[in-house]
Amino acid sequence: MSEQLADNISLKKKLQKAERRKKIEALGLISPLFFVMLVFFFIPIALMLYRSIDNSQMPAALPQTADIIQQWSGEGLPDEATYAAIVGDMRIANEEKKLGMVGRRLNFDLVGYYSLLSKTGRKIDEIKGPPYKEALINFDKKWGDTRYWTVMERGLKDKTLLYLLAAMDLKYDENNKIVKVPEYEAIYISIISRTVYISISITILCLILGFPIAYYMANSPPRTRNLLMIILLLVFWTSLLVRTLSWILVLQNNGVVNNFLMFSGIINQPLELVFNRFGVYVAMTHVLLPFMVLPLYSVMRSIPADYVRAARSLGAKSITAFIRVYLPQTLPGIGAGALMVFIQALGYYITPALVGGPRDQMVSYFVAFFVNERVNWSMASSLGVVLLILTGSLYLMFGKKVNIANMKLG
Amino acid sequence: MSNQEFHVSFKNVQKSYDGKILVVKDLNLDIEKGKFVTMLGPSGSGKTTCLMMLAGFESATSGEILFNGKPINKIPPHKRGIGMVFQNYALFPHMSVGENLAFPLQVRKIAKPEVEVMVKNALDMVQMVDFIDRYPGQLSGGQKQRIALARALVFNPELVLMDEPLGALDKQLREQMQYEIKHIHERLGVSVVYVTHDQAEALTMSDQIAVFNDGIIQQLASPEDLYERPENSFIAQFIGENNQLRGVIEKIDKNIALVALEGGKKVSALMVDVKDIGENTILSIRPERVIIKPRASNSTDIDGKVLELIYLGDHIRCRMMVAGNDEFIVKMPNSSNHAQLKVGEEIGISWEKEDCRALKP
Repeated sequence: MSEQLADNISLKKKLQKAERRKKIEALGLISPLFFVMLVFFFIPIALMLYRSIDNSQMPAALPQTADIIQQWSGEGLPDEATYAAIVGDMRIANEEKKLGMVGRRLNFDLVGYYSLLSKTGRKIDEIKGPPYKEALINFDKKWGDTRYWTVMERGLKDKTLLYLLAAMDLKYDENNKIVKVPEYEAIYISIISRTVYISISITILCLILGFPIAYYMANSPPRTRNLLMIILLLVFWTSLLVRTLSWILVLQNNGVVNNFLMFSGIINQPLELVFNRFGVYVAMTHVLLPFMVLPLYSVMRSIPADYVRAARSLGAKSITAFIRVYLPQTLPGIGAGALMVFIQALGYYITPALVGGPRDQMVSYFVAFFVNERVNWSMASSLGVVLLILTGSLYLMFGKKVNIANMKLG
Repeated sequence: MSNQEFHVSFKNVQKSYDGKILVVKDLNLDIEKGKFVTMLGPSGSGKTTCLMMLAGFESATSGEILFNGKPINKIPPHKRGIGMVFQNYALFPHMSVGENLAFPLQVRKIAKPEVEVMVKNALDMVQMVDFIDRYPGQLSGGQKQRIALARALVFNPELVLMDEPLGALDKQLREQMQYEIKHIHERLGVSVVYVTHDQAEALTMSDQIAVFNDGIIQQLASPEDLYERPENSFIAQFIGENNQLRGVIEKIDKNIALVALEGGKKVSALMVDVKDIGENTILSIRPERVIIKPRASNSTDIDGKVLELIYLGDHIRCRMMVAGNDEFIVKMPNSSNHAQLKVGEEIGISWEKEDCRALKP
């Protein structure tokens, strides 16, 4: 018995030894791609996501205050030392032109902070102390308001959840508790759910339109099949921007569709076909359709006609044969196609921005908005984090329903 | 016999896929109830097309197919009630063995308890009851074959079609399955239409064999008749091994012709589809029907030169040069007193004149 066991162990070792070369070769083959992905993809993404909670530039800008405010109990106003520290810090920060950044970030938590800091910073030489406490409160009574100090204390920590909370329509209240923002301020939840809703709708539209095309392609002779494939891939031959803009030409008030409908007397005044949700659906479905058709087509190609024939010969009507025999075998293709379309749709930016109205913008639009216009990277990456978590959890939920390992991507 | 007594009849059936070439030309075939009929032929001979027309997956371009005396050209496949076994089994991969077998019963709206009994019985028939919960992907080729067979039979069809069902199996398993299918057929009494290109399989299993070539049935006969009495040179060549000698008919005496072979030697042969003196003919002789003699002794005997000897255990294959044909094969049974031949030896051979069939070239 033990001899056999020993034999087994040595066999295992021999096998490992024999397989080692192969393993090293395999690693060698994937390592360039792995390295490129790591350096140019995973690390930047991780850094970007980290920005959503990173707050280290704040304690760096006001180092003494950040240090001393930790001792503040949160009740009443801080002591003289803290006031002295903030005046010192502001003097330096003002010279280093960092006060604007600090003001902007604190203003995000409490409106009014930006103007308070810039005003104080401009006239910092007029504030003479000690005691700095009284001097500051005399200068602007906001310095005597505990709310401002609570925000300051929160805002000078190394990390902050402020932006992530904001991306989910949450905030801190005066007692440092996490609460929902009032309804009139809440926008992100509705933007995110709109994004998901549009993406699901596009996925369903692509499936409805793509399934028959894929079926026809898979069951037609090679010539027809190639022609259809070229027509389908034609979408990729022009830039996304041109394709989207051409939809505006087609769908606008005096565009091709409206002109035709008016000319043929079906309608009297142009229909609103673009710069609304309808335009977004049309343009996005058009662009994303190939991603549904290709995996479906490749799965359908691999299903022999004999299965449906067998079902028919066994007594099933063609519709029964389709539903019970053909459709279940296309599920891996449907899964792969739906996933590709859905995930791409979630991140769409340029198409809704061009052909959608203000109420059709998706999360990516706001990411771009915060980066380009507000220079608020924390907020942009927080929206990214929320989107990523959402996509990930949908993927996992979906993966439990349809075995992901079974899916065929192209 | 009137039409009513045939289970299946093809009447002047033609089939063309492209409107130019006829894949099936004027097919007439009657199948009796309970018979095992094989459509045998090389690939592209139209046999599978015939089967597909019978199953309803292809429509006849012209002509009529009768099933139980009624034309079925316009009946969709699912209403024909014909079981079918496909070449690659076509077991539904997403259903277990039990679900596969229950499928034809469920679509017929048979009650659940009854379905269970019928599925069990069908699996019992092919000795696969233990595999009811397995999926097709977990079965070997032979096991899949049995399940496919059980599925085609589970709803008690009167007619079962089989399209090269054993093509993907290895030789040993194939032979075993041949007997099994044969026995199941005998036990159930269903009519079977079987398509194959393997003539040994056709001979083993069938009551009747329809040999297809070039879109028409060359001969419809029992295995024995087909082998012993081929009606034309295609059948003679296609079924079993055959020696062919070319010659011209010199004299006719009732149904026996005297044929002058290349090189001038004259032999007697049974006339099959040749008619006139002076006609060119091909003589066909089975290798095992050739008799070896020490030396040519009478006029119908001819000489041959031994070119090659191959020892095959139960028999010895001898390749000879006979009347200008150097591929003339003689099979000698390996009995205790068989002739001892040497390569290069000149010997006399002969045959019964009924074994030598004069056919149109």
